Amino acid sequence: MDKTPKIRLHVPDPPARPGEAPNFDYLPMAAPGETRMPALDEPAEAMRDMPWGLVRLMDGKGGAIGPWADWLGAVDPDMLRKGLRDMMTTRTIDRRMQMAQRQGKTTNHAQCTGEEAIACGFQSVLAQGDMNFPTYRQQGLLFAAGYPIHLYMNQVFGNAGDPIQGRQLAVMTSAKDHGFFSISGNLATQFVQAVGWAMGSAIAEDTRIAAGWIGDGAAAEGDFHWAMLFASVYKPPVVLNLVNNQWAISTFAGLTGGGSQPFATRGIGYGLPAIRVDGNDYLAVLAVSKWVTERARQGHGPTFVEWLTYRAASHTTSDDAGVYRAKDEAAAWPLGDPIERLKQHLIAMGEWSDERHDQAQAEIEDHVKAEQKIAESFGTMLDGGTAPAGAMFSDVYKDMPENLRRQRQKAGI
Amino acid sequence: MARMTMIEAVRDAMDVKMGQDSRVVVFGEDVGYFGGVFRCTQGLQAKYGKTRCFDTPIAEGGIVGVAVGMATYGLRPCVEIQFADYVFPAYDQITQEAARMRYRSAGQFTCPMVIRMPTGGGIFGGQTHSQSPEACFTHSTGLKVVIPSNPYDAKGLLISAIEDDDPVIFLEPKRLYNGPFDGHHDQKVVPWSAHELGEVPEGHYTVPLGKAVVRRPGQAVTVLAYGTMVHVALAAAAESGIDAEVIDLRTLVPIDYETIETSVAKTGRCVIVHEATQTSGFGAELSAIVQEACFWHLEAPITRVAGYDTPYPYAQEWLYFPGPDRVAQALRDVMEG
Repeated sequence: MDKTPKIRLHVPDPPARPGEAPNFDYLPMAAPGETRMPALDEPAEAMRDMPWGLVRLMDGKGGAIGPWADWLGAVDPDMLRKGLRDMMTTRTIDRRMQMAQRQGKTTNHAQCTGEEAIACGFQSVLAQGDMNFPTYRQQGLLFAAGYPIHLYMNQVFGNAGDPIQGRQLAVMTSAKDHGFFSISGNLATQFVQAVGWAMGSAIAEDTRIAAGWIGDGAAAEGDFHWAMLFASVYKPPVVLNLVNNQWAISTFAGLTGGGSQPFATRGIGYGLPAIRVDGNDYLAVLAVSKWVTERARQGHGPTFVEWLTYRAASHTTSDDAGVYRAKDEAAAWPLGDPIERLKQHLIAMGEWSDERHDQAQAEIEDHVKAEQKIAESFGTMLDGGTAPAGAMFSDVYKDMPENLRRQRQKAGI
Repeated sequence: MARMTMIEAVRDAMDVKMGQDSRVVVFGEDVGYFGGVFRCTQGLQAKYGKTRCFDTPIAEGGIVGVAVGMATYGLRPCVEIQFADYVFPAYDQITQEAARMRYRSAGQFTCPMVIRMPTGGGIFGGQTHSQSPEACFTHSTGLKVVIPSNPYDAKGLLISAIEDDDPVIFLEPKRLYNGPFDGHHDQKVVPWSAHELGEVPEGHYTVPLGKAVVRRPGQAVTVLAYGTMVHVALAAAAESGIDAEVIDLRTLVPIDYETIETSVAKTGRCVIVHEATQTSGFGAELSAIVQEACFWHLEAPITRVAGYDTPYPYAQEWLYFPGPDRVAQALRDVMEG
């Protein structure tokens, strides 16, 4: 009898599905202050230990510890309070847009709840003229950059004030003068474009840098690998940010390769310096953002960063994560909530209080509500979308070709 | 003035633009030190330096992806895909990204870039070195699609393409690189030095995008062709003795309605010729354009001569290639119709 065993296909499962206890034991962790800080010009081959670490600064007692904290130095409490407000603003907008979708004012929205520290913190170290190539879950970049909230909402509502004239699905906006590249719904495409933009900056001998953004799910696409490859070959001034929030709709990070070892370790294979960071620790975000952007500006090339976080909300308004995730998984997330952590940090520093927090939240609610009122004055999808009809035919090309001219004429627009 | 091959003409266009405009950068597989497998970029790296003309990893999606980023930064990349058959890993970046950047950002970001690629068969390249994928790009709005048929046009059209503010797919019929091939593969190769359209002016000049040209005026039947098939159609007209009006479209998007419609209104007959596979080929679009505009002028059904709906074969290349005999037969058929 043939004793050769039958070969079987391995299809991985997440550690927990609905009805099971949340479990994040598969993620390598490090204690605050434990992971070392390389020199700003340290070559990639000397940094191969970094992807296995986890940069964390907050000690939970109002202190910031370890080499990264020493390098960052004392952060002005006003800057931390601004960071807190940026995150609270982002979450408040998300909540209101979620509601607006339920009211039929838009067809879609994607919340970034639980991930606010990464975009808000990163934006705070960028300079005018730098360019982010975001996904649809980095709206925090906009609000931390002071982008008018009603302009963002105009796009979500597809209304007459939409800066991109109703041409893209809600959330997929574009704000060039705020360093925010046009969002693609095709996922991952922007990652390699960020590398190309940075190559352009290097070819032109410019001083500006680019930041690419991608999620754990889309990091399976070819664009991710092309971006890593071209970045390692040409060494342009780009920061390649992978936000690992554990879930891509219902697909857990392990299925796209993050289960066996940290995403950051992919940098090793490409000869790229890579750092793994607690993305819910605002101080860690600040320190690493400052380090990677400084490295790029000084001509030491690209860095790949894995930001460890958790997608506390569903994928979009069209999704119900309760169907495929363990209940209370967000509460069990070992790195906590970024807003709550920074709030407690500031309180422990003696720079914040519950009362001040509540008051700030009330002010933010009022402000966001007022901005929404302005946006709604331009219309919402309840009015059928009020972006100009003629915009449908313009900007396909710089000059309208004959086929479009004929079609527009026939359509009577 | 100098006689040039189409390779030299394409190279000269890039040379002229790189000399005039520091935003123009050239890159792709083997294009730097080596000068490209067809030699189209030979000497450009030596002349303009490694940051203006450079080699890339073998990753078409990466080549076009970084080109999109560079174009949105403000440069004017002119990239080479080594064979049009290799373009498909970049299809997403071309059709979903470059093509729609202006539209989806309401003009905040644009993609002035050229993607050059050798197209078509006739060189025994088999299924992965012979395809004509133009319809894959004409069907994707936001792109311009150009196919020259001779050195003079190749240089003038490529300069126009590099200067254009929208992304341009620039298809170079590789069988025309060294001479005006008319499909008679068993006859002596004619070089461009023996053809009047091998005469290429020095320096800067343009051939406008979106303008077709009548290569052979005629009264009996209109032949719509582009690239290699222009020369095949001219041979078919001469050999059949039929007074065909042969139109070289030169640009497929935007299409020159006026030249097409004026000609068919005059002749009342139309034969469409392309090397690409027939079903859903660009000939289907041309056929629709002609019948919509010229139905009451038509005296015979519109006829297509195209590649068969098979993969491009290797040993059977000349059975597959829509040569002058097949085109001449189509001309005779529509004259009887």
